[in-house]
Amino acid sequence: MVFMFVILSFRVYYLQVIERDEFSRLSRNNCIRLQSIEPPRGLIFDRQGRLLVENRPAFDLSVILKDAKPLDETIEKLSGYTSIPADEIKSKIEKKKRGMGYKPILLRHDIGRDTLAAVEVHKFDLPGVALSIKPRRHYIQKSAAHLIGYLSEISAKELKKPEWRGYRGGDYIGKFGVEKAFETVLTGKRGGRQVEVNATGQVVRVLKTVEAQPGHNLYLTIDHNLQKKAEELLKNLAGAVVAMDPDSGEILAMASSPSFDQNSFVSGMSYKQWKKLSSNPDRPMRNKVIQGEYPPASTYKIITAMAGLEEGLVDERTRINCPGHYEYGDRTFRCWKASGHGRVNLEDALGVSCDVFFYHLGQKIGVEKLSWYARACGLGVFTGVNLGHEAEGLTPTGTWKKRKTGVPWRGGETLSVAIGQGYNLATPIQLLVMISAVANRGIRYQPIIVKEIRDAGGHVLKKSVPLTTGRLPASPKTLSLIRKALWNVVNKSNGTAWSIRIPNVQMSGKTGTAQLVSRKLNEDAMKKKPDHLKAHALFVAYSPQENPKIAVSVIVEHGEHGAASAGTISRDLIKVYMDERRGGE
Amino acid sequence: MFDKRLYQNFDWGIAATVAALCLVGMATVYSAVMAMTPAPQGALFVRQAIWFCIGLTLMSICCLFDYKALDKWANVIYVACVALLVLVFFGGKVVGGAKRWLDLGPISIQPSEIMKIAIIIIIARYYSKHADTGGVTMRKLMVPIALTLVPFILILKQPDLGTALLVCIIVGSMTIFVKIEKRAFVFLTIFFLVSIPIVSFFLKGYQKQRILTFLNPELDPLNAGYHIIQSKIAIGSGMISGKGFLRGTQSALSFLPEQHTDFIFSVWAEEWGFIGSMGILALFLTLILLGLNVAYRCRDSFGSLLATGITIMIFWQVFINIGMVMGLMPVVGVPLPFVSYGGSSVLTMMISVGILLNISMRRFVFD
Repeated sequence: MVFMFVILSFRVYYLQVIERDEFSRLSRNNCIRLQSIEPPRGLIFDRQGRLLVENRPAFDLSVILKDAKPLDETIEKLSGYTSIPADEIKSKIEKKKRGMGYKPILLRHDIGRDTLAAVEVHKFDLPGVALSIKPRRHYIQKSAAHLIGYLSEISAKELKKPEWRGYRGGDYIGKFGVEKAFETVLTGKRGGRQVEVNATGQVVRVLKTVEAQPGHNLYLTIDHNLQKKAEELLKNLAGAVVAMDPDSGEILAMASSPSFDQNSFVSGMSYKQWKKLSSNPDRPMRNKVIQGEYPPASTYKIITAMAGLEEGLVDERTRINCPGHYEYGDRTFRCWKASGHGRVNLEDALGVSCDVFFYHLGQKIGVEKLSWYARACGLGVFTGVNLGHEAEGLTPTGTWKKRKTGVPWRGGETLSVAIGQGYNLATPIQLLVMISAVANRGIRYQPIIVKEIRDAGGHVLKKSVPLTTGRLPASPKTLSLIRKALWNVVNKSNGTAWSIRIPNVQMSGKTGTAQLVSRKLNEDAMKKKPDHLKAHALFVAYSPQENPKIAVSVIVEHGEHGAASAGTISRDLIKVYMDERRGGE
Repeated sequence: MFDKRLYQNFDWGIAATVAALCLVGMATVYSAVMAMTPAPQGALFVRQAIWFCIGLTLMSICCLFDYKALDKWANVIYVACVALLVLVFFGGKVVGGAKRWLDLGPISIQPSEIMKIAIIIIIARYYSKHADTGGVTMRKLMVPIALTLVPFILILKQPDLGTALLVCIIVGSMTIFVKIEKRAFVFLTIFFLVSIPIVSFFLKGYQKQRILTFLNPELDPLNAGYHIIQSKIAIGSGMISGKGFLRGTQSALSFLPEQHTDFIFSVWAEEWGFIGSMGILALFLTLILLGLNVAYRCRDSFGSLLATGITIMIFWQVFINIGMVMGLMPVVGVPLPFVSYGGSSVLTMMISVGILLNISMRRFVFD
């Protein structure tokens, strides 16, 4: 024990006698500072390795109060060199100066080239003024804003939460989309260095350094060319386009319109800009692909047909007469074609989208069964896409309505449900999962948005694998019949999308027109309908018919007829993708 | 009832040394809390003074009864302390990410501090009954290991690695003191050495990193390493005669972390220099030698082991704490006895000294 005390004494002697001058000097200057080294955030690429998001160097201007002496004079000079008003500098300092003697106070981030040069040239004239380089997020392609999301400064509220432990004020964090969902992958680990500074705050010696660890790079499943095309097709429209590989669930494109500028979130926007963005009635801040809930309209007839066949209520030969309307109780339910379709079987009915056929069928199936089939097809359940804020949609049942409204289910409502109207709600991505399962003959995949995660050195850390979430409740025979009907939609002269077919693009699909007001209005009133009451146009499709390579789901808000607007977009998107595939082979 | 010999045998040396250390502690805590930024925390000084008064009372109480009662009550004290630790585990107050405190209205206590005395008492009792001339055998070692493991795991879970290891070190030192059989010693050493690579094999990369940083803070110059260099600057800049009372600059500018608790020695060394540092080391050495003297002169093996255990505890805390602030030891939260701010620490130390005085007073008293 005495020996150990001798050790302690020697150490005291070493520190206080032998090294006293060195420590004394360090103490006098109070000159050991901690500087943090920001880790570069992971880059984001498309599936082909094309760079979508990078980091560019940005310079932050700050001041260390204890070094900036005399303070007023330094502020005057700084203001003179940089043309930042002295008042602005003073108020920034005033706001943050408590307890910040040796910590830098941020005056302005991301200063321009001219300011940077001015400060750098006069740095010996500006004691305590510090420049720090920080990587700043840069969305170079300005596309896929809703999918990729954006970064923004961490808020005071978030800083207090346990999940943001280790973050500091002024840090940028993912607030939306992939940037948010993959925050822990993208963000690296902060490094730092102990430095010795002289009396004016200039670094004279680096004592110790811990390098920052860069974040991991993401390779998304989207194809940049297809993504650009999708956005171009949606230009000046409100709506959503989403496409995926039906054999893996990999999302090939995801666009929501109108969109927003991701870079403006990083550099910070004015209150006015934000107000304009957030009050836009077309809701640009919403990813309509996963958050927009719409009546699935006639695309739902795929489910009604499936349920009817599987329950043995119809077969391929069953014919029903469509006089253009259907009487139920004291109400008349109309077919979209007032003159009627005549006697149609299921294949024809799906091809021409005959409402009356599905009124009959829906009434036989009942709402509870319909709801069960819809859920088995992926409607009313989360697809599980890893983006956050996904909407669940709605597949109504009698008990749901009783609980929600207190009013029991009425038989007529089942008819609306059978044609995808009524309380039915689905997101474009749910419809995509459904059509994609029809395309691949029965497998429901979880949509995947990230193909690979690689470290900064390029080593693959994680590769995505297809995730099955279920199977369609349909026999191969049922699926074949439905697939034939969907082929007819585009490729038979009476199909609802016959008008949009073009040579060399093999496409099967289903149109939908989501009514926002009752069809009972007379023809004149229909024509004069204001824009915001016009029906939404839907289209779900896949291509080619055998071994499909792409499935798409498109909605154009107030686009009126499914085939014309949404169908054309689907067709053009499929064409681009198939052309690119052909070119690549 | 009150025996005159008790008064005659009162160890004035220990009392005087402890009194001197307490005064040093009060002065340094005062300097440290008054230098706090943004505002001086005079209230902390008053609290510390109150703790010393309570500690003095408890110390006196500890002198009144015969220490042999502790032998009888050892199990009860041990179980009660473990129960308190369990209570902390389930309903403890969380401060700075660690659950170490029990909230008792206006005050909160740290049961892990009191646990140190409880484990010394029960281990002293065990060895006084089971130690043979040949040393502790392997089989007899199992009981102390089990007795140590329970509080060790509970304290580790808080998490308070410093105190948890301290409990092990105290028991280990006591075991070596009573003599351990060669075979058992070799077995323990091999067991320890083998378990290190096995455990580290199962640890994940970041966990290993954390442990390495803990063992060598220089690896992490941003947190613990930064504290150490600031502490070294404070101590070194005190030079030979110090900057003078209340004149420390490092502490005044809040460069020192935990300047009133774990890093209190740096404050003292900066203000009183080499002379002051040697003075405080001399006081501690005196206290430890006097403590060993008590153990040596006690005729009863329980009393002797108890005095040894207490002395060992004080020694290790002093060595680890001062070693840490000078960059010789890993950064673990072990307070400096009598000097660091903190109620539970002061009370534990005062009770320990009370027991030490008790043993010394009754060394000639036999039933």
